[in-house]
Amino acid sequence: MGAYDLFRLFFPYILSGISIGGQYALIAIGYSMVYSILRLINFAHGDVFMVGGLFMVFAAATFPLWVAIPLVVFLIVLLGFTIERVAYKPLRTAPRMSVMISAIGVSYLLQNLALYFTGGLNRMYPAFPWISDTISVFGVSTRRVTVITPFLVVALVFALVWLINNTKVGIAMRAAAKDFDTAQLMGIKINSVISTTFIIGSFLAAIGSILFFTNFPAVFPAAGAMPGLKAFVAAVFGGIGSIPGAVIGGLLIGIVETVIRGADITLGPTGLGLFNRSLDIAAFSDAFTFVLLVIVLVFRPTGLFGDKPTDKV
Amino acid sequence: MLRIEDLKVNYGGIEAVKGISLEVPEGEIVTLIGANGAGKSTTLRTVSGLVKPASGKIYFKDEDITGLPPYEIVSKGITLVPEGRRVFPDLTVLENLKAGAYLRKDDIKPDIEWVYSLFPRLKERSWQAAGTMSGGEQQMLAVGRALMSKPKLMMMDEPSLGLAPLIVKDIFDIIKEIVRQGVTILLIEQNANMALQTANLAYVLEVGQITMTGTGKELLVNEDVRKAYLG
Repeated sequence: MGAYDLFRLFFPYILSGISIGGQYALIAIGYSMVYSILRLINFAHGDVFMVGGLFMVFAAATFPLWVAIPLVVFLIVLLGFTIERVAYKPLRTAPRMSVMISAIGVSYLLQNLALYFTGGLNRMYPAFPWISDTISVFGVSTRRVTVITPFLVVALVFALVWLINNTKVGIAMRAAAKDFDTAQLMGIKINSVISTTFIIGSFLAAIGSILFFTNFPAVFPAAGAMPGLKAFVAAVFGGIGSIPGAVIGGLLIGIVETVIRGADITLGPTGLGLFNRSLDIAAFSDAFTFVLLVIVLVFRPTGLFGDKPTDKV
Repeated sequence: MLRIEDLKVNYGGIEAVKGISLEVPEGEIVTLIGANGAGKSTTLRTVSGLVKPASGKIYFKDEDITGLPPYEIVSKGITLVPEGRRVFPDLTVLENLKAGAYLRKDDIKPDIEWVYSLFPRLKERSWQAAGTMSGGEQQMLAVGRALMSKPKLMMMDEPSLGLAPLIVKDIFDIIKEIVRQGVTILLIEQNANMALQTANLAYVLEVGQITMTGTGKELLVNEDVRKAYLG
């Protein structure tokens, strides 16, 4: 088997893995940024992502896409902002565990509201013209969104990193992430900084949701749980609090799980022929993510680029 | 300039400040000395808005500022150099200075140059992460950062803490220079000797109450103060 055949065999999985990984990365950044400021794992984040999918189902049924897309992004940003104000802000001085339980509560609330409004039925995600089109890349047929995603993710991440490194808001976010009291002594309004963080995180989750569900047949109330959990693992793997870490973690999980999902084909009789019957390796693709989580937590709890754990007073 | 009237503050379930009154005249260095836990830090944190008082009043230039949030206090021209310096460790020196000027909308470049002229060491380290600097350099940065808000009153919480005597002398020289440039100083110190030598007016705070007042020189020779704070 030549190099070209190997490429033909694995390329579709790697391509789709990069794309899914980019979508995980967009969600993972939201976990990471909120954690770095509030030391809170925002368990509702994956469900905000799911609600983004549902909003789009309903919005696209009523409005043309050029209205529906910005509307959904705006509503999701508003949702993220509101969750923080209603469920987390009143607990600012409460023990961290209380805030986390509040986050879990919001997660279940969103899932159950989704169940109520969808009647538990899968809702078909609308097909977008152009980005949902099937195209051929190096002889592999895929949707255009698969190719667009990595570029969009890179552009968004660069914009975000620039914002954090070069603007006043960015300095305020980094200052508040280290020390609330001293940040306040500079005149920084902590609550505005926290709201900004939720707005950015929700914005990225909304974009991620559009990209993800375009390649996914349907939206249902638990549709945010698995991607949310994987994005969380990505954030932990990269070092929670680190944006580049979240991106690398997301890409790694996306690529590896997709390659594992294709392993029965690529390694089986029709591929490399390493074994001559189906081993059902594909079924373990999700398990990989969680094995990775355990390994990271045992051997390097701070992740790839994580700070040493510091307690904030 | 700053007037505190019968201020009471509860902190961590205890009454840390039990009704103190003091005055900081414009253009002077005022010091508040006292043992650990006397309520010095709590007093400054209350003036800066980080802690809400239980009762009492705080006036700045005859305006009631009691209980205002920290960003309003900063915008009125009061800044606090916190205990332990508390520079932002991952931010560069320059970014720390920019954080200090957070509320300002005007051009801050001349003030960055001014701070660099007060502390040439900071200029050399402009692009260095603040957390990698020595304690003395971090204290200079904490002072420089506070000056970036263009304060009229600068409160300093234990600026000499953990610093070598030579550096402490540098810091106090800078404090005198800052006052010459028109900033009023309210200083709290455990290093009473240095503080009293520098201050025009001094208060002694013991378990939440002011027990003595005088000029720095008067307290420096006072028998009780010598016994309690100057060893």
